[in-house]
Amino acid sequence: MDAPVDKGMVGSGAETAEMNLLRTANAPSIVSAVSRLKKSYRQIRTESIFKRALVIMGLAMVVLVLGILFTLVVESIPSIKALGFKFLWGKTWDPVQDIYGAYPFLLGTLLTSFIALIISVPFSFAVAVFLGEYYPKGWFSDLLKNTVELIAAVPSVIYGFWGLAVLVPTVRSFESKVGIQPIGVGIFTSSLILAVMIIPYAASLGRSMIQMVPSHLKEGAYSLGATRWEVIRSVIFPYTKSGLFAGILLSLGRALGETMAVTMVIGNTSIIPKSIFAPGNTMASVIANEFTEADKPVYVSALIELGLVLFLVTVVINVIGKKIISRFTNE
Amino acid sequence: MKNLLVTRAIILVSMTVVALSLTSCGGSGGTGGGTDSTSSKSDEALIGAGSSFDNPLFSKLFSEYDKANSVRVNYQSVGSGAGISQLTNKTVDFGASDAPMNGKQDSAISAPALHIPVTAGAVVLSYNMPEIKDTLMLTPTVLAEIFLGKITKWDDPKIAAINKGVKFPSTSILISHRSDGSGTSNIFTTYLAKVSDEWNSKVGKGSSVNWPVGLGNKGNEGVAGLIKQTPGAIGYIELAYAVQNNMAFAKVQNKSGNYITPSIASVTAAANINIPADSKVSLTNTDATDGYPISGFSWVLIYKEQKYNDRSLDRATKLVKLVSWMIHDGQQYSSALNYAPLSANAVSVGDAILKSATYDGKPILQ
Repeated sequence: MDAPVDKGMVGSGAETAEMNLLRTANAPSIVSAVSRLKKSYRQIRTESIFKRALVIMGLAMVVLVLGILFTLVVESIPSIKALGFKFLWGKTWDPVQDIYGAYPFLLGTLLTSFIALIISVPFSFAVAVFLGEYYPKGWFSDLLKNTVELIAAVPSVIYGFWGLAVLVPTVRSFESKVGIQPIGVGIFTSSLILAVMIIPYAASLGRSMIQMVPSHLKEGAYSLGATRWEVIRSVIFPYTKSGLFAGILLSLGRALGETMAVTMVIGNTSIIPKSIFAPGNTMASVIANEFTEADKPVYVSALIELGLVLFLVTVVINVIGKKIISRFTNE
Repeated sequence: MKNLLVTRAIILVSMTVVALSLTSCGGSGGTGGGTDSTSSKSDEALIGAGSSFDNPLFSKLFSEYDKANSVRVNYQSVGSGAGISQLTNKTVDFGASDAPMNGKQDSAISAPALHIPVTAGAVVLSYNMPEIKDTLMLTPTVLAEIFLGKITKWDDPKIAAINKGVKFPSTSILISHRSDGSGTSNIFTTYLAKVSDEWNSKVGKGSSVNWPVGLGNKGNEGVAGLIKQTPGAIGYIELAYAVQNNMAFAKVQNKSGNYITPSIASVTAAANINIPADSKVSLTNTDATDGYPISGFSWVLIYKEQKYNDRSLDRATKLVKLVSWMIHDGQQYSSALNYAPLSANAVSVGDAILKSATYDGKPILQ
């Protein structure tokens, strides 16, 4: 008597199916059935291993970032104990007397990054619209796209050298014409260099967002008699608002952390800048300059605390940016 | 169901363990990591780290020493502060520093370290005023006031008083100082603190200070770059750097009242003073009559008791012989590289200090 064969179900009924097949004594079909079974087992295992590998790699990223945060906090504890929260609004950075205040650097970082953003946004939007809407294909579009991406590929030290050799004398002659003390270096110069460096990020993201606008929306607008500018303003921008803003956020994140190019042209003075042309300092450039020679434990710890502040500022700005994006997409 | 719970628990525990292990790799972890690098077999290279000022000289010295004695030396130019911490962590055989260890570094190190002066350098004041043809002369008081921001224009009467007959332009003075911590800044600020009470109380001395005025630049190259680009700029750089780049630099009046031109000879003369037995002396504002007042030694630091971390007697002897060669035969290579050879006083003090290095209580050099 043949027991009913499980109809293609692997799992608990598999052994019974195997024994039943043996009873029907058909050798080739047994072999092929068994190998089919083994293959199915293998597929399940591969599936679960693959998923587990993905999960592990994702978790590894989270663990890494948390580990960085923990290290920053643990190493800043001596400085937090010595200085307390005055660190955040203290105006003096005096390694000789062990008085550390991060306010001038916080101000310098935020000033240079936001001014760079303001300068670069018109350019990146212009490039994004130009490449996304006017010339999405063709040799000119490829040329412009690759050039803009090349801007991102140039190492930041080279921007620093270029700034020192070309931009600083230009700004200096501009300053002497306008009547300000002609130093050349300062917040303004470093904002200019940062602006150049962060254009590609918003431009690339913006361009892909603009190219993804469905053509039936645009064609509908054109058929109603809209001009190119009106289509861009009323159809494309509302559709791509969140993507464009995400691009701006990416640019801002890059500007906040930029070290080498800024440290060469900002003038490195620990005094609060009085005007946009005055020299200043940023958190990243202070850390880069003073870390290797910091000879006292509180000094090292204060620099690490500065790194922690930079980390937290970046996180806060990203969170605010995400909230703004979600507000836009829900409206 | 139970499998899922167990899996989740394992993931959580392993995440916490990994996160904690990533954080424990802080400064304290460094001591555990490097205990074996200097205790190895005696045929491996000696390792040193520290001052970037010494780097050009040491490259030449160590390659010559290898040719003569077949002992390789690896030197990492990471900065005086990093060199001292590596010595403290016992990851290098010797450190090199432009300033003696300060109180905090002394308390961090587990055993006493010997300071042996191996070379000397000068900090020169370089300026950019193409209008004046004679070398600028500066007194300590005027120099301090310039760097404090009290004298702001070149045609100030105080500068004119010491440079008789020179017509100064009315450009503003732009100060160029170091933004990174450095031995050069240390020597310069130590000098200013000695000659100006106001500087001493307001700013102090150190590798990194809170400069009252001026623009910071990275490295000697940064300071020199700003000076070259800006008319009316003045800044301090190493003598070797200024000579190799043909920059104009000022004569400074020393303690005896003579205006000294910075040069290798005047630096060696500055070291011709009474050097204390532990050689931790600053050459700034030297008593020597023809010594340049803004000079400083550069020291090699080794542990006094060489038996630690199972170092062999052979390795300790090699190290002490290397330093001894550096202060004797090695001095012949200094001048060509614009470093000042040690004065006779300095060499004899260095010898005495090296004789006090011991292995297991017994002196290494007989």
